[in-house]
Amino acid sequence: MAEKVLMKGNEAIAEAAIAAGCRHFFGYPITPQTEVAAYMSKRMPKIGGVYLQAESEVASINMVLGAGAAGVRVMTSTSSPGISLMSEGISYIAGSDVPCLIVNVERGGPGLGGIQPSQSDYFQATKATGHGDFHMLVFAPSTVQETVDLISDAFDLGDKYRMPTMILSDGLLGQMMEPVILPEHKEPTDDKDWAAKGHQGKRAHNVVNSLYIDPKELEDLNFKRFEKYKHIMETEQRAEEYLVNDADIIIVAFGASSRISHSAVDMARKQGIKAGLIRPITLWPFPEKFIKKHVGHAKAFLSVEMNMGQMVEDVKLTVKDEKPVHFFGRTGGMVPTPKEVLEQIIKINGGEC
Amino acid sequence: MTDMNILLAGFGGQGILFTGKVIAYSGLMEGKEVSWLPSYGPEMRGGTANCSVCLSDAAIGSPLVTNPDVLVAMNLPSLDKFENDVVPGGLIIVDSSIIKKKVERTDVKTIYIPASEIAENAGIKGAANMVILGKLFKETNFCTPDNLDKGLQKTIPAKKMDLLDKNRLCIKLGTEN
Repeated sequence: MAEKVLMKGNEAIAEAAIAAGCRHFFGYPITPQTEVAAYMSKRMPKIGGVYLQAESEVASINMVLGAGAAGVRVMTSTSSPGISLMSEGISYIAGSDVPCLIVNVERGGPGLGGIQPSQSDYFQATKATGHGDFHMLVFAPSTVQETVDLISDAFDLGDKYRMPTMILSDGLLGQMMEPVILPEHKEPTDDKDWAAKGHQGKRAHNVVNSLYIDPKELEDLNFKRFEKYKHIMETEQRAEEYLVNDADIIIVAFGASSRISHSAVDMARKQGIKAGLIRPITLWPFPEKFIKKHVGHAKAFLSVEMNMGQMVEDVKLTVKDEKPVHFFGRTGGMVPTPKEVLEQIIKINGGEC
Repeated sequence: MTDMNILLAGFGGQGILFTGKVIAYSGLMEGKEVSWLPSYGPEMRGGTANCSVCLSDAAIGSPLVTNPDVLVAMNLPSLDKFENDVVPGGLIIVDSSIIKKKVERTDVKTIYIPASEIAENAGIKGAANMVILGKLFKETNFCTPDNLDKGLQKTIPAKKMDLLDKNRLCIKLGTEN
C-alpha cells in the first residue's frame, strides 16, 4: 500500500485529479482555493497536461466546456463568488451533456463576503447553479482522504452520466493538512463516442450543443435528461451513519460541520443522550433514503450547517411533519464548536445547558 | 500520551507553520490521527501567523483549535490574544527573548525559554522555532525521539536538506535548556 503523506486539502484535490487522468485545468485564482491552481501550474507542464490561468472565471468555465466537449477529463476550481461567475457556463455544460469536474472551496458570502470557511453555497450547488432545468452530481467530502477518493468517483460518474460534477469543499478542508494515501494513476483517455474531437471524415459529425430552437425538441431532451436524474436519485445517494440506530436526536451535517457534529455526538453520548449523525456525502442527489430509515425512531432532527439554514429545507422535505426538524448554524466564516452543537442537542433533549 | 491540541502563534517568518508541520508529521509517524490548519488571509498578511495542530488516537473532529492544551507564543500579540483560551492545567511556552511580559494565568503551567537567544548563540539565527519544538517535545513527549526526527526529515524540503543538522541541534538545545 502507498505511504501516508501529510497533504493540504487543496493540493490533494489537484493531485487526485491528475491521478484520475485529468490533464486539463482552466481557472482563475481566488482564496481559499488558490493552492489547487498553484499545484496544477507546477505539475501539469511536467506531465504533458494543460494548465491555463484564464482572464476570468467566465472564460475558465467556457474553456472547460470546450475541452469537455472534445472528450478529455477537464476541471476547474474556484471559491464561492467564482462559481457565481461560472454559473452561465455550467448551465451550458449541463445543457450540452458534457462531463467535467468543478471544485468549490467555499468562503463566506454573500457578495465578496469573506475568505474564511463557509457552507453557504448549498442552495447554489444543489438547486440553482445556473438557469434552466438541470442538476449536477454534488459531493461533500469531510476529510482530505475522502476528498481524494471522491474526485476519482466524480470523474467516473460524470463520464458515465455525461454531466458536470461538483466537489463542494470549504476553506477549512482546503487549507488543512491531514494524512492521505494517494490513489494509483490512471492513464488519461478521450475515448468517448459522442465527443467532438476530429474524425478524418470516417464518421458522421458529433455535435455538442445546448441550443434548441424547437420547443418540442427541447422539452423532449429535458424529459430525457430528467429520466437520467431520476435514475441517479434512485441509485447514487450516499451518506455515512454514525450511532443512529438507537438515536433519539439525529444530526444531519455535511463536510466541515459534520466533523464538529461528530465530536458533539460523542460528547452527548458521554452525558447519556442518545445522539447520532447522518452525514450526507452526496448533496445532490440528497440522501433521503438514509434519513427516511430513521424517521420512525428518532425524536427530532438537527441540521448543523455553516450558513443560515439551507440543507435544513431538504431535511424537512424528507422528514415532513412527522418529527421536529431543528437548525443550528454559524455563518460568515465562523466555524461552530462541538460545545455549541452539544448545547443544541441538550436543549432539544429537553435539558438545561 | 492522550489527545493533544496545540496552538502555535507568532510573526510570519518565525517558522510557525513549519513547526506545526513537524509536530503533525511526527504524530503521523507515531501512528496518530493528525491535523494541521494554518491561519490564512489578511491576518497572515498583516504579519501574524498561527497554526492549529491536533494529535489524537481517534478521528479528529474540528481541526480548528479554540482551546489549546498547549500554546506556543512567539510574540506578544499572540500571547495576549490566546492566553485566556488555554485549557486549565494546560501548558504555555513563551519565547522569553521576545516576550518580556509574564503570563497572568495561575492555573496553567508556563515555561519561559529564551529560544531566539539560544538559537542565535548557537549560530543559527531564526531557528528559535526549533528550540521551542525541542522544549515542547521534552515537556509533553508527544512522540518518540526517533519519530520526531523522522517528522523533521519529512518536513524539510529536499533542497534545504543541508539545514537538517542545524535544526536537529536547535531541537537538542531546546530539550536541554
